[in-house]
Amino acid sequence: MLDSKIPPGKLEEKWNDYKGHVKLVNPANKRKLEVIVVGTGLAGASAAASLGEMGYRVKAYCFQDSPRRAHSIAAQGGINAAKNYQNDGDSVFRLFYDTVKGGDYRSREANVHRLAEVSVNIIDQCVAQGVPFAREYGGLLNNRSFGGTQVKRTFYAAGQTGQQLLIGAYQALERQVALGNVTMYSRHEMLDIVKIDGKARGIICRNLITGGLERHFGHAVLLCSGGYGNVFYLSTNAMGSNVTAAWKAHKKGAYFGNPCFTQIHPTCIPVTGDHQSKLTLMSESLRNDGRIWVPKKKDDPRKANDIPEDERDYYLERRYPAFGNLVPRDVASRAAKERCDAGYGVGTTKQAVYLDFKYNLINKYGRTEAGKQGIENPDQETLIRLGKEVVKEEYGNLFDMYEKITGENPYEVPMRIYPAVHYTMGGLWVDYELMTSVTGLYALGECNFSDHGANRLGASALMQGLADGYFVIPYTLGNYLADEIGTKPIPTTHEAFVEAEKAVADRINKLMSIKGKQSVESLHKRLGKIMWEKCGMARNEKGLKEAIEEIRALKKEFWSDVRIPGEINEMNPELDKANRVADFIELGELMCLDALNRAESCGGHFREESQTEEGEALRHDDRFMYVSAWEYKGDSDWNLNKEELNYDVIKPTQRNYK
Amino acid sequence: MNLTLKVWKQKNKDVRGSFETYQVSNISSEMSFLEMFDVLNEQLVHEGKEPIAFDHDCREGICGMCSMYINGRPHGPWHGTTTCQLHMRAFKDGDTIVVEPWRANSFPVLKDLIVDRGAFDRIIQAGGFISVNTGNAQDGNNIPIEKEKADQAFAAAACIGCGACVAACKNSSAMLFLSAKVSHLALLPQGAPERKTRALKMIAQMDKEGFGACTNTGACEAVCPKEISLDNIARLNKEYLGAAATIDK
Ligand SMILES: Cc1cc2nc3c(=O)[nH]c(=O)nc-3n(C[C@H](O)[C@H](O)[C@H](O)COP(=O)(O)OP(=O)(O)OC[C@H]3O[C@@H](n4cnc5c(N)ncnc54)[C@H](O)[C@@H]3O)c2cc1C
Ligand code: SF4
Ligand code: FES
Repeated sequence: MLDSKIPPGKLEEKWNDYKGHVKLVNPANKRKLEVIVVGTGLAGASAAASLGEMGYRVKAYCFQDSPRRAHSIAAQGGINAAKNYQNDGDSVFRLFYDTVKGGDYRSREANVHRLAEVSVNIIDQCVAQGVPFAREYGGLLNNRSFGGTQVKRTFYAAGQTGQQLLIGAYQALERQVALGNVTMYSRHEMLDIVKIDGKARGIICRNLITGGLERHFGHAVLLCSGGYGNVFYLSTNAMGSNVTAAWKAHKKGAYFGNPCFTQIHPTCIPVTGDHQSKLTLMSESLRNDGRIWVPKKKDDPRKANDIPEDERDYYLERRYPAFGNLVPRDVASRAAKERCDAGYGVGTTKQAVYLDFKYNLINKYGRTEAGKQGIENPDQETLIRLGKEVVKEEYGNLFDMYEKITGENPYEVPMRIYPAVHYTMGGLWVDYELMTSVTGLYALGECNFSDHGANRLGASALMQGLADGYFVIPYTLGNYLADEIGTKPIPTTHEAFVEAEKAVADRINKLMSIKGKQSVESLHKRLGKIMWEKCGMARNEKGLKEAIEEIRALKKEFWSDVRIPGEINEMNPELDKANRVADFIELGELMCLDALNRAESCGGHFREESQTEEGEALRHDDRFMYVSAWEYKGDSDWNLNKEELNYDVIKPTQRNYK
Repeated sequence: MNLTLKVWKQKNKDVRGSFETYQVSNISSEMSFLEMFDVLNEQLVHEGKEPIAFDHDCREGICGMCSMYINGRPHGPWHGTTTCQLHMRAFKDGDTIVVEPWRANSFPVLKDLIVDRGAFDRIIQAGGFISVNTGNAQDGNNIPIEKEKADQAFAAAACIGCGACVAACKNSSAMLFLSAKVSHLALLPQGAPERKTRALKMIAQMDKEGFGACTNTGACEAVCPKEISLDNIARLNKEYLGAAATIDK
């Protein structure tokens, strides 16, 4: 039933073979085909720009005031590519292998291999667009390391890589807007998919300025709407990031893949109080140079800098000598939680560990700089001064951000960090062509489930988003649209459009008519608390069952007691939020259901019942070597479809970073 | 701390707005400025009043959405800081804080503190890009770029398109924004082929959008949260004059 459409043949030849035989659409016909792209992050902007260049008539949508503001803008650390510019043994195969292993053997080999293959083209494309990546003195591109790998393959632009990549894609997109190939709809939120004869043919969206509903036709619809980490209320995602587009698609027949696979990022600024509206990431790249530790003594009252070296527990270096501070995210997060739960946490809340730059600042950067400048026997002060300059260039904006939020200077005292929700590996199920289980409906970027298995490696989301948008969809979409050249644009007076718009209007009217007592924000916070406590870093059967009950009760409360001020036909951010939170609540239930079903630990999904003696995640390949693809049947009712995963090239083993 | 807020309220583009006064209490110094607004909005919802509409998304100083004019200064009192990164440590108990939207003819107010910055996108459409289609690229390391140049280009490319420069300028000029983009692309060899026309087209669009002329007061640089330098305007002027001269021939 679930056909992933993986091409036959040898792994390393599949994508080339596919491209060589895929159906094409000639230029005259492309002009007649309309493509809807929901979202203008890295995935959406790169797809819309590329498809516009190819000659399709593209319409692109985002809820922000400009496509340049999509959440991708906030990505910090970098983007991977198997260029092997550092001559340190990297290759397409190694990037493929690291990604599959990092994902704890829950991703598709064919997809990941394709991702590794096109990674090299992404860097070239971005350089050509003028993305100012970091460079060496010789003028060539520089690299840094990220977690879960032993090579340096991450390209970056200080701590603002996402910004620079998105601006590149945004500029390409605006160029197509100017040429008339793309029509941009900013401050528009998609609220439903329109299906005609089983195929996706358009969307209903709300103009967020006027509040009016609009119907838009497309021969195909691409969802590039990002991840759903905000189901936890607190996450590193932008405030507006939401699941609504994906969720509407799910309710119209698109299966949801592995919804419980959530990434909790180990290095974020800790929560300070109830007022907290979001959490701020401190990029993983900092683990290149920062060492993570807690005091060896419980409840040590001393300041970090007063604790001598031999009374510090560098627990990652202790537990994982081979990878040290650069273990994958899931492993690092659980290790931090373990130390804090055991009573070794630091800071006022004791829910934090130290990320300390002093050692590398002095020894790595200070000494190298001193060497470069020919300073003999530099004293400590000189080393610190020289080291600071280099660190500033590498991560300056992150250090500034930390200081603005906490009021502490991380050049002087170690950062305090704690894990936070960051990314969702789960998403709409797609086949090799990125088509969902609804014909003509595609999902790209974080919105789909495809490449990262149960845990994403750092610097791989940007790579995936751009791979999907620049290099995959331009081929795979043609394979579908080649058979659609005879389809005339369907007028939006068609009954399917009328009905879909009415359903959206009814729901909005219903929300506005509740006129209860609780704010959307307060209900969202409660959902987040349930999810974090019972479907967060560690999960167990009892907790998940309770969570499902609690979420169902919360849903009732939401639909009977939410208060949304203002009117429908005007700009109304509270109503926008209510629409999103209503969908998050339904998604939360499915995430718990999926986590309950998967009675194994893998990657970021840690079931307490399933761990090794040392507390590492224990998979059960005999029972769970599949993708969970959930089919929506009705209110709180889902059917589980399984896509078996076959490993032809890599042999799954217990992950080992020791 | 307890604070008095005077905030601009405006129903939509077509009606006139006015200041409303609000009181907030128990504000912690650890809150961000926008979290203080969250508290106020939560309070307003409970009182059955309409909350204040403001733009925000990343809350990390990078998306460029947030845009409040705080006590007479875009993004408030801290240097090199966006509204969302401003923290309540900057204020003290009993303060009165006045909050307005960006004021510029080219940025019409849509509601309360939200303005329409579509003009910036249209300036980019006029030429703020390198014309290279997907798939046209050569190997990234075939174009070595002097580190210093690359770093300068990056510094210019760090602009977040927030519009504070326009809001601070008495002429509502968009020169700092525009010059940051022209510099970013002019400093790189990849941007060279379109150098001659880029600045001309973008400036023509800026004029068409109704932004004012630059009289070098430097107010923009002083408030820019990304510390975009006035040097970029000098570079833009050079690009513009150079281009105008060659085109005249
Ligand atoms: C703080 C942070 C740092 C990160 N750093 C890195 C890093 O260094 N390296 C890395 O590889 N990854 C990183 N990531 C992850 C990465 O940034 C994201 O996974 C990726 O950018 C997602 O891109 P996207 O295009 O799929 O979606 P997004 O960039 O989230 O874009 C979503 C788009 O969809 C639109 N949209 C959503 N719903 C609707 C709707 N209903 N109607 C209309 N439009 C809609 C939005 O307006 C937006 O344009 C980071 C993430 C965070 C949170
Ligand atoms: S130049 Fe500075 S103030 Fe102007 S838009 Fe860019 S970041 Fe904002
Ligand atoms: S909210 Fe993104 S810069 Fe302030």
